[in-house]
Amino acid sequence: MDATYTALAHFAQTGGLLYFMAIFAGVVLYACWPSNGERFNDASQIPLREDD
Amino acid sequence: MYQGRGNLPPIELRSGSPIWTNLFTLYGANIMGERKVRYLSLEEGGYSVLLLVAAIFCLIIAGKTWDQVLAFHTALIALASLAGIFYIFRRYFDGNNSPAPLEINGKPNYNMGPVKFATWASVFWGIAGFSVGVIIASQLAFPALNFDLPWTNFGRLRPLHTSAVIFAFGGNVLIATSFYVVQRTCQARLMGAISPWFVVLGYNLFIVVAGTGYLLGVTQSKEYAEPEWYADLLLTIVWVAYLLTFLGPIWRRKEAHIYVANWFYLAFIVTIAVLHLFNNASIPVSIYSTKSYIVWGGVQDAMVQWWYGHNAVGFFLTAGFLAIMYYFIPKRAERPVYSYRLSIVHFWALIFLYIWAGPHHLHYTSLPQWAGTLGMTFSIILWMPSWGGMINGLMTLSGAWDKLRTDPVLRMMVVSVAFYGMATFEGPLMSIRAVNGLSHYTDWTIGHVHAGALGWVGYISFGALYCLVPWLYNKSLYSLRLVNWHFWVSTLGIVFYICSMWVSGIMQGLMWRAYDSLGFLEYSFIETVDAMYPFYVMRAFGGLLFLAGAFIMVYNLVMTVRAGEAVESADQSALAPAE
Repeated sequence: MDATYTALAHFAQTGGLLYFMAIFAGVVLYACWPSNGERFNDASQIPLREDD
Repeated sequence: MYQGRGNLPPIELRSGSPIWTNLFTLYGANIMGERKVRYLSLEEGGYSVLLLVAAIFCLIIAGKTWDQVLAFHTALIALASLAGIFYIFRRYFDGNNSPAPLEINGKPNYNMGPVKFATWASVFWGIAGFSVGVIIASQLAFPALNFDLPWTNFGRLRPLHTSAVIFAFGGNVLIATSFYVVQRTCQARLMGAISPWFVVLGYNLFIVVAGTGYLLGVTQSKEYAEPEWYADLLLTIVWVAYLLTFLGPIWRRKEAHIYVANWFYLAFIVTIAVLHLFNNASIPVSIYSTKSYIVWGGVQDAMVQWWYGHNAVGFFLTAGFLAIMYYFIPKRAERPVYSYRLSIVHFWALIFLYIWAGPHHLHYTSLPQWAGTLGMTFSIILWMPSWGGMINGLMTLSGAWDKLRTDPVLRMMVVSVAFYGMATFEGPLMSIRAVNGLSHYTDWTIGHVHAGALGWVGYISFGALYCLVPWLYNKSLYSLRLVNWHFWVSTLGIVFYICSMWVSGIMQGLMWRAYDSLGFLEYSFIETVDAMYPFYVMRAFGGLLFLAGAFIMVYNLVMTVRAGEAVESADQSALAPAE
């Protein structure tokens, strides 16, 4: 029982850490990737260029 | 005055004609040759069947139940469903029932009717919710105001207040702005003719059922999840329709990129659906009873409840209103958001972190300590995305700070973001176990919640309403002076409110844990209550000022529609943005 708990907790803690770090790294890479810059600049103008 | 038949316009069969003539045209007896035959659309038929089934179920329950509140509520839902069917068919038999064009002259033909309804609903519920807040704040200072009646008792009015401001006022603001923003940033019309109305009206029916239930003593006794099983079922159906209706314009969008505000709205809608389903996994003791029990009990129930409760804050009161920030502040300031890259990191970091923060509500309980530590840790990490978002909102004004002086609407939204920063600083602090030992169960929590609710959610909503009503009606805002008054009166109210709650909360916490030299508690409970009296009076006064400010807004918005100057374009920032 104790061993199972320890093993599961260890897996969850390490796995959780890696999982979150990987996702965060992915998001930051996506956001900062230089070739995305033009797209993001364009996207930020969306509310300002709606036509009526 | 009768002027002879010849002067009258030709008789229109399109609307107002008796049903039988319309029925004739259905079968091809084309009277006067101007009717177009159309089959019932899938949407009309689907909603009619759904409403009919709901009406029949509700009528059976209403007839057989021994529970008077359930009889009242099911009869109400049945009546609403039948009215819905009536309107679907009245519209169908009406002449002008061809599907609205998606575009007119190459420009998207937006569907703003449901947006207008939700806007005014939010104004109505806002006044109702703030008023009940003032009443219950006064009850705490002057207990005689409970009137010794069950329906006006603090215990029943408090959930009425929280639900009215969060779900009724805030929810309608979110529905109105989300339908507005998603259409405009995708340049596509909402899908369907019935669906948007089903969402808006169904949601407000849920509010009525939930709110009257609290007054009549029907509650699950779970914070922010008080409605019983049948109201939850109603909300589930409405929420699925909401998700699909919101996804429609994204599906048909003209813009390649989905603007960040829509991401926040989508996270809000999807997460609230998941939270709602899990926290309300309860089974009624009978379908003829209002009472239900959750399938898991004890500490598991507590954990799920606060996982729900904190994410109601994180996704309803934060993600949804951040979407408002990301659309309305750039729009009003006529500048793009400070950093679109930051908004992407903000979004993903916020939604991945918030979902874990709930256990900090259960420090020093039977919840395992590691779970509390987990919640606390994630709450502290949340500082980062929260402040990233705040900086992004505030810095959108860089180079245009002068607008704060001239535009009180923008000032209101910017102060709202400042309150967001303050509340999201205070929250992680209070989630720390040692601080929580002092703050929990005291008025400090109430003060914190209101810094977020009045300052952040209230002000960003008021700002959005001040933008939305003129845009929806192609009018200019009636009076900026009155916005200024609203701003200062309610800011004073918030300051009164949160300062008095800080002092009374910390005093209360310190009094509870004060020991004398022999190790006995120094104060009896009633002494702590007595000591809080002046702060309760101050709090009620602050709430009254906030309510007064909201009344100024109502007058201003009504006068905008009735007497505001017409403007050519609904879009006040139609000028080309400064690059």
